[in-house]
Amino acid sequence: MSALGAVFRRDLRLAWAGGGGAAMPLAFLAGATTLLPFALGSERDVLEPLGAPLVWITLALAVLTSLERLFRADVEDGTLDQLLMAPVPLEAIAAAKGAALWVANGLPLAAAGGLLALMLQVPPAAAVLVGLSLAIGAMAFIGFGLVGAAVAAGVSRGGLLVALIVLPFYAPPVIFGAATAQAMAMGEPFVGPLALLAGISLGAAALGPIAAAAALRVQAD
Amino acid sequence: MFATHRRVILDTALADPAPAASTDSEAPRLEVTGLAVMRGEFVVFAGLSFTTQAGEVIALTGPNGSGKTTLLRALAGLARPAAGAVHWHHPGARPDTEGAFMHFLGHRDQIKPALTARAHLVFAASIAGDRAPPDPAALLQAVGIGRLADIPTSVMSAGQRRRLGLARLMAAPRPVWLLDEPTAALDTRGRALVADLLERHRRAGGLAICATHEDLGIGGVRRVELPERAP
Repeated sequence: MSALGAVFRRDLRLAWAGGGGAAMPLAFLAGATTLLPFALGSERDVLEPLGAPLVWITLALAVLTSLERLFRADVEDGTLDQLLMAPVPLEAIAAAKGAALWVANGLPLAAAGGLLALMLQVPPAAAVLVGLSLAIGAMAFIGFGLVGAAVAAGVSRGGLLVALIVLPFYAPPVIFGAATAQAMAMGEPFVGPLALLAGISLGAAALGPIAAAAALRVQAD
Repeated sequence: MFATHRRVILDTALADPAPAASTDSEAPRLEVTGLAVMRGEFVVFAGLSFTTQAGEVIALTGPNGSGKTTLLRALAGLARPAAGAVHWHHPGARPDTEGAFMHFLGHRDQIKPALTARAHLVFAASIAGDRAPPDPAALLQAVGIGRLADIPTSVMSAGQRRRLGLARLMAAPRPVWLLDEPTAALDTRGRALVADLLERHRRAGGLAICATHEDLGIGGVRRVELPERAP
């Protein structure tokens, strides 16, 4: 277990070290969300139903921007060799890296998303709930994202490849996540779509690392 | 699911459930038979056979492009043989866990510029299933980069990065060392350090295989020559 702890702690440190790579998705989320009222107008009856779903879509895209370097950096500096030779299953290492990305990147994004929802006319109590739904959703985006990041690990400038692989998988969590967030913002019952969203997130968190490890083993040759 | 990608065939008859990290006193033996490795459409080398005993230092020589690095990767289980087999006879040998009984220093030096040299030594030990080295600073001192222990490795020169790799060799005992150009970028004292490490490793019954174009600075090195690639 200490090997997995080492991977987790190292990725946490790397996410915010040296200029803070994790700050970029946050800036993207804040920037894109701030521009939305300029496009849609700031009237309450327009923004109230749309604000929370729009934060959801922006968060999905913000997570996407953090995926390209996730395994690519380890391929370039040889760390992937170290991970492949380790006496720990590669599936567990991929899961540890995904968990670190969720803590370093997903949780700050979800917190920022909740705050930004306030700006889009979501009532304060609902904004807290929206932030929680974003944290659950980030788990799905990172779980599916691991697969795309692993497939593109051997490709320099693999960002496009990551997006092409990952975006179709982002449809289900966006559908149920946006529905959850909208129901929260409008004060309607949201347990149904939230349960489906949580199911998708847990599935992605469980299966993503397995698929990612298989893709990484092929890259090693 | 985990066993579908068994890249190195291991002698399971000799396998023992004891943790590999503690078996460094066991003598490792390598048997390569009819090995061929392809990269994409190219055959890098084919029909390669040799055996090694414990207590040997092997210099893997051959012209550029003859496949020295590829062979080391195949021995480390990182490149899949197209034909033939790599047999490690060692109680700690397991597929996909080679790091538990060997050190592999490739030309990609496994260094993150944002982290300190000390953090690299601790991580390398943890990921290979060892306790963190009790005194990383002393190890870094021994390879001549003690001053740089606690600042980001981005300030290091190529030779200093090599020395950090050498510190990893000392941080945890492993019976097998696979070294790709161990003397590259090193000054005279750095080369002497490599020679000293290899000599001590050999005397302790370890096996070292070094891809190199240069003299390793110790006597009694066996050469394995890779032929020029057929056009």
